[in-house]
Amino acid sequence: MPDTMQAAWSPGEAEAAPVVLEVQGLAVDFPSRRGVFRAVDGVDLVLRSGRTLAVVGESGSGKSVTARAILQILDQPGRIAAGRVLLHRHHTTKGAAASGGAEEVVELSALAPRSAAIRAIRGRDIAMIFQEPMSSLSPVHTIGAQIIEAIRLHDRLGKRAARERAIDLLRQVEIPRPETAVDRYTFEFSGGMRQRAMIAMALACNPSVLIADEPTTALDVTTQAEILDLIRRLQASHGMAVMLITHDMGVVAEMADEVAVMRHGQVVERGPILDVFERPQHDYTRMLLGAVRALDRPSPRRLAMRAANPPGAPLLRIEALRKVFPGQRRIFRAAAPPVIAVDDVTLELRAGETLGVVGESGSGKTTLGRCVMGLFDGLGGRIEYVGRDGSQTNLLGLRESALRPLRREIRMVFQDPFSSLNPRMTVEQIIGEPMLVNGMLSGAALQRRVAELLEMVGLPATAMERYPHAFSGGQRQRIGIARAIALDPRVIVADEPTSALDVSLRSQVLDLLLDLQQRLGLSFIFISHDIGVIRYFCDRVAVMYRGKVVEIGETEAVCTAPQHAYTRALLSAVPHPDPRRRGLSGRHRYTEGA
Amino acid sequence: MSVAVTDPREHRTAEQASQWKLMWWAFRRHRLARWSLYIVVALYAIGALAEFFSPFDPDAASARDVFHPPQAINFIDTAPDGSWTIRPWVQGHRLVRDRFTLEQSFVVDPNRKIYLSFFGKAEPVKLAGLFTIERRFLTAAEQGERFFLFGADRLGRDMLSRVIHGTRISLSIGLVGVAMSLVLGLLLGGISGYYGGTVDMAIQRVIEFILSLPTIPIWLGLTAALPQDWSPLTRYFAITIILSLVTWTELARVVRGRFLALRGEDFVTAARLDGCSQARIIFRHMLPSLASHVIASITLAVPLMILAETSLSFLGLGLQPPTISWGVLLKEAQNIRSIAQAPWLFIPGGAVCLAVLALNFLGDGLRDAADPYAQDGR
Repeated sequence: MPDTMQAAWSPGEAEAAPVVLEVQGLAVDFPSRRGVFRAVDGVDLVLRSGRTLAVVGESGSGKSVTARAILQILDQPGRIAAGRVLLHRHHTTKGAAASGGAEEVVELSALAPRSAAIRAIRGRDIAMIFQEPMSSLSPVHTIGAQIIEAIRLHDRLGKRAARERAIDLLRQVEIPRPETAVDRYTFEFSGGMRQRAMIAMALACNPSVLIADEPTTALDVTTQAEILDLIRRLQASHGMAVMLITHDMGVVAEMADEVAVMRHGQVVERGPILDVFERPQHDYTRMLLGAVRALDRPSPRRLAMRAANPPGAPLLRIEALRKVFPGQRRIFRAAAPPVIAVDDVTLELRAGETLGVVGESGSGKTTLGRCVMGLFDGLGGRIEYVGRDGSQTNLLGLRESALRPLRREIRMVFQDPFSSLNPRMTVEQIIGEPMLVNGMLSGAALQRRVAELLEMVGLPATAMERYPHAFSGGQRQRIGIARAIALDPRVIVADEPTSALDVSLRSQVLDLLLDLQQRLGLSFIFISHDIGVIRYFCDRVAVMYRGKVVEIGETEAVCTAPQHAYTRALLSAVPHPDPRRRGLSGRHRYTEGA
Repeated sequence: MSVAVTDPREHRTAEQASQWKLMWWAFRRHRLARWSLYIVVALYAIGALAEFFSPFDPDAASARDVFHPPQAINFIDTAPDGSWTIRPWVQGHRLVRDRFTLEQSFVVDPNRKIYLSFFGKAEPVKLAGLFTIERRFLTAAEQGERFFLFGADRLGRDMLSRVIHGTRISLSIGLVGVAMSLVLGLLLGGISGYYGGTVDMAIQRVIEFILSLPTIPIWLGLTAALPQDWSPLTRYFAITIILSLVTWTELARVVRGRFLALRGEDFVTAARLDGCSQARIIFRHMLPSLASHVIASITLAVPLMILAETSLSFLGLGLQPPTISWGVLLKEAQNIRSIAQAPWLFIPGGAVCLAVLALNFLGDGLRDAADPYAQDGR
């Protein structure tokens, strides 16, 4: 496979592919109360048929706005301030047939956003897939009805023929039993299935350009691999130009022929994928790639720390832990079956080590973390905690008042830095709260301690009197960490602390946690869905699948020589940030019982 | 057009506006609500300083002035020689009796001008029963002269003074009643939302039951049961309690909804893990997030109270004379005679409309402003 790919990237052939869509000097303004914000500033892009252009950047870089500007579906009050978007219709198969080869260039940016002319382009020539499969399909129409509508809007086709076509499309996107699936509703589909249906809808009229705006961000890594695979195969069979918007360098390496790196509304670097990945010209690209590659291997700092100070005796022993959520009682119907969120989990956390828990959504990893924090009742099994004096306590079945002293030693860092900080309290109050309610410090001493904690997490002491909304995601996560370490804990349960952050911030936050581990002698239970982050940060890892721990071991051993079939499937689905290691097609699929 | 390239993200890190400031910014852009705020503040000021603003004693009857029509206030005083000065005055009226039907009517007396003065001296009265004032906002320049900007009622009492005194009772009954339903609503709604489960179920069913009761008959029944010999003040408080017995349910629902939403927020879990007691979680962490919403619901509940009081008094079951409220005043306008002969008796109705509309717009504006984070373009 690699040889054919190499051939496909040769510059001569890339030039030969006809240009379908051109973006020239695009600028998009958002007027607001405080003046005009230019979200996109002078962007030039070229899409060629049969090629994939990846637009990559961190949140707020203007990549989605660019895509929306192409189709003139900008959110209010955004408007195109300058530049042109040109669709070369005569270079598309459909356009060539219609015009008989005569030159036909449509200037999309000149069309009114509500005009019939642009509506005819949307869906027929350029289709779009959105990030959230949960909210981009109508919940009150069947999947079939939505696809049929898209078909009949652009093609003169009878109802029956359109239905046949819809079923055929569902078959193309590999939805099982398309004849029955066509009459089902959105909520009966899983996230991955919905994204497939969304792609089927986008393909309804054989568009020549497909814009995919973070198509796999909301999906699990194994589902992501399948969706990417699907897009690539459909691109090959339809000869579409694909504009893939993503923040994930792994996805870029897996999919793209050309890359455009965006930052603050501008394209800072653009070029063929191998050039950008192997000879990045711009500092920002280098920084992005560096951050991603750092996360693909163990942190050297952690290895050094463990060599000097190997993990000690067990601190926390989880034995046969089980949490069942009772099925919801329903009127007039039998109760829904109970959900076994955590099924017979046995784990051990040693002093000074970091234990990773990895799994896909619904695997029970977050529930496991919350069980350790004593946030649930009705648990089976035991959680033994070894105190500073060597005494052992079973955390399960303790009353809230008995848990309180233990919660000073076991603390939590939350996933969402926006909802975990009270928006009505200042940073000083938020960080000071645990010390205040535990009667440890107050007044000027408390203020000094808060300043000290802020300094430890790399924020200035002046941050104290501000409210959380004045901070960015990464800064907020630092505030959350300062709150967690305020009580001088021994164990921190970190539930996806980096998943809401941009990649360049991820390694910074992880390094901060490593730094604190060294200074304060902390042990972490680190919950994540991201293998890269786990590999960088964790000494051992437990792989969870449907509430069970299927594999546990040293991180490197699990990552390089996985024992369980599910772990193998999970690892093979992770896209590598290296275009020479493309290999999603060679991945394992895991079906239970296999 | 010059394009100032500003990045909102940079602004966000630079400023430290508190929640209240954001709410104020959002509120200020809501022009109707802002004007309503001014009107509401003015109405409450008038109600609080009723003795100062009313030109006469609201209970001073005068047989000569029965159903005296309203007089328009003029500001330019033209002397017979053609010169003029700025000085407020009203045209005097003369009582005439039809020789055959003996019907009384007022005709304009072109020779009589009653001069008015702002902050002029009048009979001393006690302001809100606290201290004595001698000056009024508007009086006749000559002590003892009477004028009727809003007309007079069937006993010749000045309607303007009565409406102003009615403002005090009508608006305060709204506040006191809402304060009571707020206590009930916060308590029961809070318990319902925070604990959930069976407690929530029970409280919600009670609320639904209360809401299903037809309110007017209930109010009528309860007020009819009040002993007739109670003093006006006792009666006033009894009626506020009766009114709040129904209105607390709406507030309880708002509070419950917010509590349910907040309970799942990570910062509440974080407070629990910080070791906060339940009381501290509720009062320190959850209530501040509710405050803005609660204020908005209160503002929307006050006009309901005012309307309820007005309807009860209008039906003769609420407050009783000599207490003056807008409802009591409107009771005078119940019969056909007043429509035909003295349409100015409906002026208290206008006051009710003004107060209710202003409070509703204010409440809408506050509710929109209460969620500054939820809005776009910021």
